[in-house]
Amino acid sequence: MRLALILGAALLPLSLASVMIGAASVDWANIASDPQAFLIVTASRVPRTVAVILTGAALAVAGVVMQQIVRNRFVEPGTVGTAEGAALGLLAVTVLAPAAPIWAKMLVASLGALAATAVFLALIRRLPPREVLLVPLVGLVLAGVLQAGVTFIGWQTDLLQYVGIWLMTGEFSGVIAGRYELLWIAAAAAALAWFAADQFAILGLGREAATGLGLNHEGVMRLGLLVVSVVTAMVMVSVGMVPFVGLVVPNIVARVMGDNLRASLPVVATGGAALVLACDLLARLVRYPYEVPVGTVLGILGSVLFLWLLHRAPSRG
Amino acid sequence: MAVFALVLLAASAAYLLWGIGGNWRFVLGLRAGKLAGMLVVGTSIAVATILFQTVSQNRILTPAIMGFDALYVLLQTALVAGLGVTGFAMLPVGAKFAAEVAVMALAAMALFGLLLGRGAQDVARMILTGVILGILFRSLAGFLARVMDPNAFAIVQAESFASFSRIDGALLPWAAGAAALAVTAAFRLSSRLDVMALGRPVAVSLGLRYEAMTFAALALVAVLVSVSTALVGPVTFFGLIVSGLAHSLICSARHTLLLPAAALIGGAILVIGQLVFERVLGLQSALSVVVEFTGGLFFLWLLLKGRIR
Amino acid sequence: MIRIDNVSHRIGPAPILQDIDLTLPPSSVTALIGPNGAGKSTLLNLIGRLIPLQVGRISVDGHDVTATPSRQLAKVMAILGQTNHAGSRLRVRELVAFGRWPHHLGRARPEDHAAVEAALAQFDLAPLAERFLDEISGGQRQRAFLAMCIAQDTDWLLLDEPLNNLDMAHARALMARLHGLRAAGRGIVVVVHEVNYAAAWADHVVALKGGRVVAEGTPHQVLTPEVLGQLYDMEIRVTELDGRPLILHHV
Repeated sequence: MRLALILGAALLPLSLASVMIGAASVDWANIASDPQAFLIVTASRVPRTVAVILTGAALAVAGVVMQQIVRNRFVEPGTVGTAEGAALGLLAVTVLAPAAPIWAKMLVASLGALAATAVFLALIRRLPPREVLLVPLVGLVLAGVLQAGVTFIGWQTDLLQYVGIWLMTGEFSGVIAGRYELLWIAAAAAALAWFAADQFAILGLGREAATGLGLNHEGVMRLGLLVVSVVTAMVMVSVGMVPFVGLVVPNIVARVMGDNLRASLPVVATGGAALVLACDLLARLVRYPYEVPVGTVLGILGSVLFLWLLHRAPSRG
Repeated sequence: MAVFALVLLAASAAYLLWGIGGNWRFVLGLRAGKLAGMLVVGTSIAVATILFQTVSQNRILTPAIMGFDALYVLLQTALVAGLGVTGFAMLPVGAKFAAEVAVMALAAMALFGLLLGRGAQDVARMILTGVILGILFRSLAGFLARVMDPNAFAIVQAESFASFSRIDGALLPWAAGAAALAVTAAFRLSSRLDVMALGRPVAVSLGLRYEAMTFAALALVAVLVSVSTALVGPVTFFGLIVSGLAHSLICSARHTLLLPAAALIGGAILVIGQLVFERVLGLQSALSVVVEFTGGLFFLWLLLKGRIR
Repeated sequence: MIRIDNVSHRIGPAPILQDIDLTLPPSSVTALIGPNGAGKSTLLNLIGRLIPLQVGRISVDGHDVTATPSRQLAKVMAILGQTNHAGSRLRVRELVAFGRWPHHLGRARPEDHAAVEAALAQFDLAPLAERFLDEISGGQRQRAFLAMCIAQDTDWLLLDEPLNNLDMAHARALMARLHGLRAAGRGIVVVVHEVNYAAAWADHVVALKGGRVVAEGTPHQVLTPEVLGQLYDMEIRVTELDGRPLILHHV
């Protein structure tokens, strides 16, 4: 509970800083009277801050859900091929139907993410059950294979810049009002996960225990798959790939609070939002007024944290 | 072995002479350069992978999977960042390359010596660590590139995947020289590598200086990875394919046979592959992507078959 | 009452169970015994609808396990499998509380909390209630999972080799508790590996070998040298202790 309060309290100054910092200089004293300053704040700063919070929260929740359906701590949508599946979907739509409306792109991206995750789930069913670390490894390799496919299609269709800059490196610099609203759908999917929190937690107990308690195992798995795919697809379409949030935040929260999802999901969401907000601030400040993509910053921070999680001694009370 | 040599010879000839058309002196020169580059890269990756697998006692690990080439790209970027873009670019090609290789060898020995020394038991954890290190190095390289020059994504993009068809002609002689030295050294160490492959306890009891050999092998691997990454960029799964083929086609664990065979197979795959993609299919830069794709699938297959031990 | 009619089960070409016809009496402890590979766990999993039924019919207190919705069955029987590794990082109390889920589906009421406390007390888990599952011993974890099944408050309990990780004191205590539950009216089906637990505590014993029922009845009827010798392919002496058979399989 304390953790939730600390994280929540951290969000407020971070959000404020996020709204206040940016490449253009805003005269805060005259904000009410200066239409230019007002525009910058309402069309760019606030939407960006909201987008960052939504992305962080949704991705963190998607990470928890994936960890429950896979029953493995070291997975998240960015490291098992889900994001690459969404990218493939987006590429397909961009190549085959470039004039398609945004909802069609959304749909195809979600389907791509769903297909990739389904492939991942099918693959890990064939693994020996006690080999915990093989699961994330298979995920990473699958992601690499799909990434090669994405690169190939990008190269052949001359969309490589689109792939490299917009898709695979997540950044929030392109967020303005009217370009990020899809993220609310991601947030809705994450909220859906909270409503089914108990069911996901029971899923984590294993197929047998879950069936013994009367849970519709297949149904909850499909719901989890849907949540993960929709969140990933929305984030990919809006801002690109933001790695590691879904991995490190749930793991750190679980260390403190355990896997009782009804209690821990809000904390995970808040933690995700705070982490991405902090990284986005860093990305904006480190070479002010230029921006480093937040995907790069998280790539560094996330992999360091992942290595720490991998090599620390397990907590024995 | 003779078969491989013949295949490679035939493929090389085909590459040089197929569809040569009018201006054959110029085209021959161009193709010869690319051919040489491919042979150097194929040999380097093959030998580096075999060496690394002997040191790590595992046929599913390769230097690329463990992040060696990402480390090279990072060091390259860091050197540029450290010495300044113009300052570094002014250095002659040979000196630049030598500096990069030296730093790479030191870093590789430190990092991977540590990793292999401690974590030799839990292979899955080691592989996962290597993959994550690769991601970390790539992210750091991207970050440095951005900090140095905010419009640097073009540079970063160029580095992030390999292309076998654009090989830097100026660098080639230096790279080839370094590769030749390293490969010769590796070949000279063949009998000791055979002993190393028996495992640490047996090797030590047979009198082998195990730690020194590990560092020497890692240094050679570092040089060879530097060569291949400098010439074509990072290639993750190529070494795995070559090593797998070499082991299954040569029914022997002796390095005197394995190393040359792997080198020949590596060269042959690249030349034949590039031949097919360039001449037959007309897809210029597809080879690396196809290699990555196939190699990745092969790796997945190995994992799922439980060949992780 | 559990009725098992003409049940067979194959995995690929291998027959695991063949033509099983059984009636398991309510409010009693039924023990399934037999050598490895006899099909005991498979039969238990079929009753508990963990594996889909291929041939035949199983009904638990009139509920057909194939036709009745799983959530309803969860209020009729609770099943505990053989392997319970703590994949999830839950506190003991949280795990036991999930046993109430079929009843409250997420909205816990006071009677649910009371049932959880009672289950924790029954298995001496109160001092461990706030500890995480991955921080306690294997035997303590086993008791936590058992407490979860008890909290589920069902008429039937299906337990697959529940004594495996327990030390002698806790194993005996568990069998005594099961006996108490049966006195309170619950039906219990246990797969046991050590036949003396069946001999001492069961009301009804079913002996399986090679996927078929070899013998069925009271402990005195089933646990005889002839039946046991046929079951385990060895000469076994059987004596008596306190009115129950005592099987001297270890000498």
